[in-house]
Amino acid sequence: MNGTDIIIHDEKDNVGVVVIEKITPKQDCDCWIMENDKSVKIQSMDEIPLGHKIAMTDLNEGDTILKYGHDIGKVVKSIKKGEHVHVHNVKTKKW
Amino acid sequence: MEIPKTFLGYKREDGRTGTRNHVIILPVDDISNACAEAVANNIKGTIALPHSYGRLQFGADLELHFRTMIGTGKNPNVAAVIVIGIEPKWTKRIVDAIATTGKPVEGFSIEGVGDIDTIARVSKKAQEFSIWASEKQREERPISDLWISVKCGESDTTSGLASNPTVGNLMDKLEPLGVHLCFGETSELTGAETVCEKRGKTPEAQEKFRKTWSSYNDFILKEATDDLSESQPTAGNIAGGLTTIEEKAFGNFQKIGGCKFIDVLEPAEEPTKGPGLYFMDTSSAAAECVTLQAAGGFNLHLFPTGQGNIIGNPIEPVVKLTANPLTARTMSEHIDVDVSKILSREMNLDEAGDELIKATIRVANGRLTCAEALGHREFVMTKLYRSA
Repeated sequence: MNGTDIIIHDEKDNVGVVVIEKITPKQDCDCWIMENDKSVKIQSMDEIPLGHKIAMTDLNEGDTILKYGHDIGKVVKSIKKGEHVHVHNVKTKKW
Repeated sequence: MEIPKTFLGYKREDGRTGTRNHVIILPVDDISNACAEAVANNIKGTIALPHSYGRLQFGADLELHFRTMIGTGKNPNVAAVIVIGIEPKWTKRIVDAIATTGKPVEGFSIEGVGDIDTIARVSKKAQEFSIWASEKQREERPISDLWISVKCGESDTTSGLASNPTVGNLMDKLEPLGVHLCFGETSELTGAETVCEKRGKTPEAQEKFRKTWSSYNDFILKEATDDLSESQPTAGNIAGGLTTIEEKAFGNFQKIGGCKFIDVLEPAEEPTKGPGLYFMDTSSAAAECVTLQAAGGFNLHLFPTGQGNIIGNPIEPVVKLTANPLTARTMSEHIDVDVSKILSREMNLDEAGDELIKATIRVANGRLTCAEALGHREFVMTKLYRSA
């Protein structure tokens, strides 16, 4: 069961969470989807530290980020699959 | 795992059970702190609970002050109470309410006497209480006498992935055994408020939650000069990978597992609808929240952390868990339960929940938490608005 680099909460999610100390650009990562116990692969584009998110698909400005299967904010700067997703490209819809 | 049916606790006069046996010296107001601290310094086996308020408060804010003082004294983790205030009237109000539990309580006021004579008089009574309490023995008590509060802090994405769901797993296992449970953090449910509302067991509970959250949100919108992006999420949250309040809220929400809440409590209000899960309207600031939950009568606290919050409480033991392997390594003296193996998939949620239950019972039986051993005694009153 070892060797999971990224965990995804829900199959609908378009982001995953890095669960190793960091992933480096061009790294082939193993992802585990908790909800249905499926595994998928992704190649990272950026260095992404533990706990931070990676885009599982290309995302355009205005798109909704889904995590836990729920809306957690909007894309404010387009994101490519495999890139780091954080405060520089995603904002809350609340304030 | 078969969950133990009992733990070793202190049976109190009112039938509740304490996981601790404190004798507290409770100042009614800020200016009585010096007296309370001097007494606690004189008499071993007592602790003073200094705080910053208690003068010229009024309305709902004053009621909350009294509720917190009285609830703290009534908490079953407290064997006996000394109350010290500047004047006798408010002191007596607190003493009388605590006395309804049947535990020893005595009040003193400083006006017309001065600190030094008060300290001498109070010290004599405190010594009597301390020696009396020292003879109390732990006895076998039903697991349903556990009243467990939860709140997370310095959260990161590992909280939502693993440490909060571990608490949720514990709740799912302990709720059917008749344990009282409590979550709070009104502000940190923002983004998940409609999903949370649906977890109310009855339409009344749902309606009460909706009103509580909306009233909080209206206040934020009224007071906010810009937005809350500097404090929600916090800098620590962002460093840990949390991007938005919504993401934080859905992670936070994992703490209640599949449980439904039966009622919504005012800050520091004692639950009265029997065993099960309650939501308490609290700030998400760790020390304020735990102080309010302890005043609501909860006798053990579970605190999942991501980046490493170090909070403790003077009367309610705070058990800390983390799923962040870096935090578990670099801040090990603060972490009671390490569930970081969930992330490497060497441990599943069911196993982690069992580990947390074992640790909870050991602490209920008397094992010191990391925060207790380190002397963390954060007692922080919630203030609703400015004083008169």
